[in-house]
Amino acid sequence: MSGKTAGTTNNITQARRTVQQLRIEASIERIKVSKASADLMLYCEEHAKKDPLLMGIPASENPFKDKKTCILL
Amino acid sequence: MCDQTFLAIVFGPCDKCFKEKPLRPVYIKSEQLSYCSLCVEMMATEGLHENETLASLKNEAESLKGKLEEERAKLHDVELHQVAERVEALGQFVMKTRRTLKGHGNKVLCMDWCKDKRRIVSSSQDGKVIVWDSFTTNKEHAVTMPCTWVMACAYAPSGCAIACGGLDNKCSVYPLTFDKNENMAAKKKSVAMHTNYLSACSFTNSDMQILTASGDGTCALWDVESGQLLQSFHGHGADVLCLDLAPSETGNTFVSGGCDKKAMVWDMRSGQCIQSFETHDSDINSVRYYPSGDAFASGSDDATCRLYDLRADREVAIYSKESIIFGASSVDFSLSGRLLFAGYNDYTINVWDVLKGSRVSILFGHENRVSTLRVSPDGTAFCSGSWDHTLRV
Repeated sequence: MSGKTAGTTNNITQARRTVQQLRIEASIERIKVSKASADLMLYCEEHAKKDPLLMGIPASENPFKDKKTCILL
Repeated sequence: MCDQTFLAIVFGPCDKCFKEKPLRPVYIKSEQLSYCSLCVEMMATEGLHENETLASLKNEAESLKGKLEEERAKLHDVELHQVAERVEALGQFVMKTRRTLKGHGNKVLCMDWCKDKRRIVSSSQDGKVIVWDSFTTNKEHAVTMPCTWVMACAYAPSGCAIACGGLDNKCSVYPLTFDKNENMAAKKKSVAMHTNYLSACSFTNSDMQILTASGDGTCALWDVESGQLLQSFHGHGADVLCLDLAPSETGNTFVSGGCDKKAMVWDMRSGQCIQSFETHDSDINSVRYYPSGDAFASGSDDATCRLYDLRADREVAIYSKESIIFGASSVDFSLSGRLLFAGYNDYTINVWDVLKGSRVSILFGHENRVSTLRVSPDGTAFCSGSWDHTLRV
C-alpha cells in the first residue's frame, strides 16, 4: 500500500460503496412488466369512477364554478 | 442571512482508538460514528483484500451494473402501452382555468394544497410565502422570508403550519394563526440546516417530521419540535431537486430526483437507497408517486416524462413528443392515476394518458414557464404556478 494519498483512499471507499450498493440492488425481487402493467391498469380502472378530473363533475357540485352574483330584490 | 455554519469541528474521543482528537463523521452500515482522521485513513486501507485495488473494484462495479441491466431486461416482456391497448381511449377534455390567484410580486416557484382541499400555500422569488383560499381567491396569510428564491413550500397535514425554504439553506416552519395581533414571523422555527439551497420539503404523515432535499446532494429527515436530524440520505452525485413521499399510511419510503439524472428510492428508517433509476438524459426536476404507490413519474429537462414501476424495477413508459423541446418542470397524477399533468418551460401544461402514453390535451394560459403543478387532494382541480407571477386553478 505504498504511495497512497488521501485522494485514492477516498476513491476506493467510494468504489467499494458503489459496489455494495449495486450488490444490494441486484438482489432485490422483481416482477414482470406485464404483471406490473396489469396492476397499474387495474388500479386506474377501479378508481376511474371516483376521479373528478377524468369523469367531470356536475356544475352544481363543482366548488370552483363561478356562481352567479346574487341580485338583491 | 445565514449566520450559522453547518460543519462544526467536534473534538472528543474517537470511536475507534479512543484518543482525544478532532473528529470526522463516518457512516458505517448507515450508522453514524465519529472517527479521528487517522482512523478514517486506516479504515479505508484495512480490509482491502489481496487483489482489491481501485481498478478491480471498478470492474466489479461495471459487471454488477451489466448484470442488473440483464436482470431487468429479462422481465421486460411487454410494454405498458401494448397492455393498455384494450383499455378505452379517453374522450376529449375541456379544462378551464377557474381561478387566477394574483398577488405575488415575482416568479411563483412552488405551491402545495392543504388537506382541506381549498387552501393553497405558494412561495415566490421575492421571498413572499402566501396562503390563499382557492374558492374565494382571498389571501389568508402572508409571510416575508429573509431570503429570496423560496424554492420549496409545504402544508402540514393538520393545516396548522407551513414550511418553506430556499437560498437560506434552511427550512423554517411557521404555525398559522388567525390572530391579527400575532406576527407570524415571530413564531418561526428553523428546522433544517443544509450546506446548500433547499430545493424541496415535505411533511411526513404527521406535523412532527419534515423531509428536505437540498442542493448539497443530500436529503434529510428532521424532527420539527427539536430541530434534530433524524436521518440523512447520501447517494446523489449532484443537487437533489425534488422529492415525494410514498402515499400509503404506513409507507416509509420516498423517491428523490436530482441533477445527476438519477431517481433514487430510499427507506426512511435505515437511510438506505433501495432502488435507483438512471434513464433520463438530463436533470430530473420533479418526481411524483403514482396513487397506488407502486410506481412513480418523473419530469426532466430532457423534455420527457417517464413512468418507473417499483416492483418491476424499470422504466415502463416515456411521455414525449418531437414537438416538445422544453423541459418539464413539474408533474402530478390525477386521483385515479390515469392522467399525468406536466408543466413545461414552454408555458404550457400537457395532459398525458398514463396507460396509453399519448397526449390527451394541452392547456394554455400562462405567460411564462410553469414552475409548479399540484392536483388537489380530492382530485377536483389542479393548481399551477408560473414565472408569470400568478397561480391558476
